[in-house]
Amino acid sequence: MIRIRNVGHQIAGQSILQGVDLDIPQGGLTALVGPNGAGKSTLLSLVARLQTLQSGQIEINGRDLGQISHGDLAQLLAILPQVLTSTHRISVQDLVGFGRYPYSRGRLGPKDREIIADVLESFELQEIKHRFLDTLSGGQRQRAYTAMAWAQDTEYLLLDEPLNNLDIAASRSLMSRLKTLAAQQGRTIVIVLHDINYAAGYADHIVAMKAGRVETAGPPAEVVSEAFLRAVFDTDARVILEEERPLVVV
Amino acid sequence: MPHLWLLICLGSILLLSVLSIFVGVIDLTPMALLRDPEALQLLVVSRLPRTAAAVLTGCSMAVSGQIMQILVRNKFVEPISAGTGQAAALGILLSVLLFPAAGLAVKMSLAAVTALLGTLGFLALVQRLPPTEPLLVPLVGLVYGGILGAVMVFIAYQADLIQYIDVWMLGEFSGVMRGRYELLWLAGIAAFVSYLIADQFAILGLGRDMSLSLGLNHRQVMAMGLLCVSLVSALTVVTVGMLPFVGLIIPNLISRHLGDNLRVTLPVTALLGGVFVLGCDILARVVRHPYEVPVGTIFGVLGTLAFLWLIYARPRHA
Repeated sequence: MIRIRNVGHQIAGQSILQGVDLDIPQGGLTALVGPNGAGKSTLLSLVARLQTLQSGQIEINGRDLGQISHGDLAQLLAILPQVLTSTHRISVQDLVGFGRYPYSRGRLGPKDREIIADVLESFELQEIKHRFLDTLSGGQRQRAYTAMAWAQDTEYLLLDEPLNNLDIAASRSLMSRLKTLAAQQGRTIVIVLHDINYAAGYADHIVAMKAGRVETAGPPAEVVSEAFLRAVFDTDARVILEEERPLVVV
Repeated sequence: MPHLWLLICLGSILLLSVLSIFVGVIDLTPMALLRDPEALQLLVVSRLPRTAAAVLTGCSMAVSGQIMQILVRNKFVEPISAGTGQAAALGILLSVLLFPAAGLAVKMSLAAVTALLGTLGFLALVQRLPPTEPLLVPLVGLVYGGILGAVMVFIAYQADLIQYIDVWMLGEFSGVMRGRYELLWLAGIAAFVSYLIADQFAILGLGRDMSLSLGLNHRQVMAMGLLCVSLVSALTVVTVGMLPFVGLIIPNLISRHLGDNLRVTLPVTALLGGVFVLGCDILARVVRHPYEVPVGTIFGVLGTLAFLWLIYARPRHA
């Protein structure tokens, strides 16, 4: 479990997060939703230690985040940042291989190769494994990067808006793949999403943030409602129920 | 594919080395080497050092260019034209002014320190540029290098050392002799050491956040890269002078054809750099035989063309 207590964060004197208390449950998919500028990405980067914690406390599996070494953290938690533009020309297979760096330190062993082959298989990257990243479509590239993070074989995986620039087919396929894999391997995925319907449709748990605070958290059916959309997003949209999942009519 | 490149480059280096040994103002033939002790002397004192210097310079500068491009995360920069080279030359000038009696080691050390500071300054500048404008980075680099160069010329002018600085500003190999080029082996070693951590540089190229997520010691690898770039620049500027463009053209050529998985490509980059510099040096010797054209001039011509080609041929993936 990831335990976040009283976390605050300021950038250039401006408050981004204030008094954030949140428990991210073990296993399954937790979706982080909220309007632009709510502090979702900042919270994610604090949990992944990409930024230094200014105030408050974060614990992962009962261990204080600040006490975990670089190497240990990379075997416990992986993050895929939002902007994946790279000037680097790396083949898909090599990229997924980088995911094994926390274990192999650059010298891939037989077990690493096995995992790489598995991950290429389960993310359907076999056919394009020799292509360079800059020759791929946006959806393929996102899939390749996600596969790299998956190959890191961590208990926790944080994804910052992975559906950006993906069309509906690629979005649905990525979400259902993540959901299935998380369930199969008992991993915990925290994912920042913009579209409430993807959150309601695939997540086990929704956390809504607004103006640097956590507004509500809980299973989609309990969280997503017309009143919730008004409170968090300041918008009037109808919510209907489809097979017991809430669906926002846009 | 990379293996084929590696073999071709290795073959070309051997071939060009033989050529380089027998091309020069004084005629030297393989037969003479067996009979004439003076010919052997020429080989050991001048031709072999010159050949080794060209290869070492090419290898280490291509590698340092590649690493600089990873540190800055932009494919259009290289140390010699983006301030590192000028800062190194400034360091040599300062050591001449401050410690006139000191030897090569002091010059070299001061040059390495100023090269490091110069590169850090460039990194600090680049971080303030908008990431959406990749072409600003090389332009800012050229301006930054130009300013450092101007500072150096000003100081040299005041101290009446203008003729002196030409030696470092325009690189060439005609002054290379036994006993005056051996520092370049250090540059070769620096390049080889960076090959040992090539994987870490490749991951660094994915960006700060991604490399932190993969458990890379980001600061340490950045520091190693900076050290390699500064050392190689300082060593080459001290011994043969500034040779622009090698660090730009070669890594880009390799990146385009073989990609950026440095564990695989870095040896090819190094060897191709050696081939290129040695080839240009031989060209410099024969173009106006028996006179020599500075090899930096040949680079300038070839490099400018290649630079334009790089900018126009692939603006999308900048």
